[in-house]
Amino acid sequence: MEEIAFLRDERGEIYPTIENFYKFCGMGKLMAVRCSRCGRLILPPRPMCPECYSTDLGWVQLSGRGRLETYSEVYVPPKNFASKSPYVIGIVRLVEGVALPGQIVVDRGEKAEVGMELSVDFESAPAEGWPQWPRYFFRPVDRK
Amino acid sequence: MSGRALAAIISAGLSKFGKLEGLYSREIFLSAAKEAFDRCPNLNPKKDIKSLFIGQMSESSEHQGHTGALIADWLGLNPTPSVRLESACASSGAALRAGIQAIMSGLVETVMVGGVEKLTHLSTSDATEYLALSSDNFLEQWHGFTFPALFALIARAHMHKYKTREEQLAAVAVKNHKNGSKNPKAHIQKEITIEQALNSRIIASPLRLFDCSLISDGASCLILTRPELAKRYTDEPVYIVGTGQASDTIGLYEREDLTSLNSIALAAREAYRMADVGPDDLDVVEVHDCFTIAEIVSYEMLGLCGKGEGGTFIESGQTEIDGKIPVNTSGGLKSKGHPVGATGTAQVYEIYLQLTGQAGKRQVEGAEIGLTQNLGGHGSTSIVHIFKRNI
Ligand SMILES: [Zn+2]
Repeated sequence: MEEIAFLRDERGEIYPTIENFYKFCGMGKLMAVRCSRCGRLILPPRPMCPECYSTDLGWVQLSGRGRLETYSEVYVPPKNFASKSPYVIGIVRLVEGVALPGQIVVDRGEKAEVGMELSVDFESAPAEGWPQWPRYFFRPVDRK
Repeated sequence: MSGRALAAIISAGLSKFGKLEGLYSREIFLSAAKEAFDRCPNLNPKKDIKSLFIGQMSESSEHQGHTGALIADWLGLNPTPSVRLESACASSGAALRAGIQAIMSGLVETVMVGGVEKLTHLSTSDATEYLALSSDNFLEQWHGFTFPALFALIARAHMHKYKTREEQLAAVAVKNHKNGSKNPKAHIQKEITIEQALNSRIIASPLRLFDCSLISDGASCLILTRPELAKRYTDEPVYIVGTGQASDTIGLYEREDLTSLNSIALAAREAYRMADVGPDDLDVVEVHDCFTIAEIVSYEMLGLCGKGEGGTFIESGQTEIDGKIPVNTSGGLKSKGHPVGATGTAQVYEIYLQLTGQAGKRQVEGAEIGLTQNLGGHGSTSIVHIFKRNI
């Protein structure tokens, strides 16, 4: 089932890169890496732990659950988002403690709120041309 | 090093800020340089200037790179070494620091530092993308985060935690436009009302059009020399007594506290210590009000008021020109304009005018000590400088 070709290191392990992170998103998985030496959870994954400089890092799947720390409704978008405007973006603090920025998809008329519970979801197919990989986004928990 | 001069400013120049149609970056820079040369007749640019440091955020707006060499050539300063420095909106703040470091190293005596940007020919969406370059591409830009949106996230967090209100954000815009109306080089020399600001259209909630700085063209420059040589060139040098710079995460989401911009506090701490100056000693301050919330957070990070008190501080009137600690007498990025690469040394230009009594209708009486705070991106870079009239 694994049609997605990951960049791998010399041991054959999936390399902790941003592109591989998004390839996992394409498989419906929100993944981080944990440093085997100091235990730090790193999101998005980096090839080297910024804390202890270890490159011994293992992939872990995240729950995708979290709370909205702050948000904004964007009315003046960049070109690639012109058709979506206005849309909501925010920073989500995941239950694992790390945070991610992303789009918050709420129903028309529904308001985003600081502290609201969110759950991750993924775009179904790689977008044409841009960006190269499917993105994750968040939606209110009780809507799923 | 405490309290001693690191370098002296012997001259300064600023182009008109605004929509400078028909002028490219190199030509805009010449008008800033011409003012600096004319202001200092004892300077022989070809003989005295030994190095150039030029800030510019991106070469993409004119499809013209190699800006260091370009500016040296157009100033008639070949073969003087010249480089471009890039630190987003703190590019010329970084150029200033590089100039100070060059002088302090003993390698050169006199340098020109400055910055330039040409933005107004871009469409709104192209300018939006251009400015977003300084955030995290794969995590922020890919998800539709614009620069106003990133500062909106800070504003929302600040409003949530400290009950900061939209009226307090608007008060920053009103003050800075009032100051800018007294600045003949400002992009928009017009006062605005608080109602106008509060009723302007939303760009990225809770930020409205009047919470955002202007997209402008412009250039600025300074001539620096070793402190002991300053009086050779001018009777009224301004001394640089503190410099500080700090980096923070390239993604806003990685910050523990979204209501702070810690890099400002860290850069300020370094500069204050070097200058042996504290917030209470300052007579005039220019802060990086790319958005109104940024000025409010800057007050707090620089120690002009306590954490979370920025909103009530602007309402107290203490940062007005006739207040206890005037901030952004130039009009700030909000009214004077924000040609990003030019902004850092343009802030210093205002402090130079203030400390030498040349600020006209916006002069702060008896100003002796000044500070500039220049931000790159959403605080991934912060640069703070402190200046004294007498040493
Ligand atoms: Zn580690």
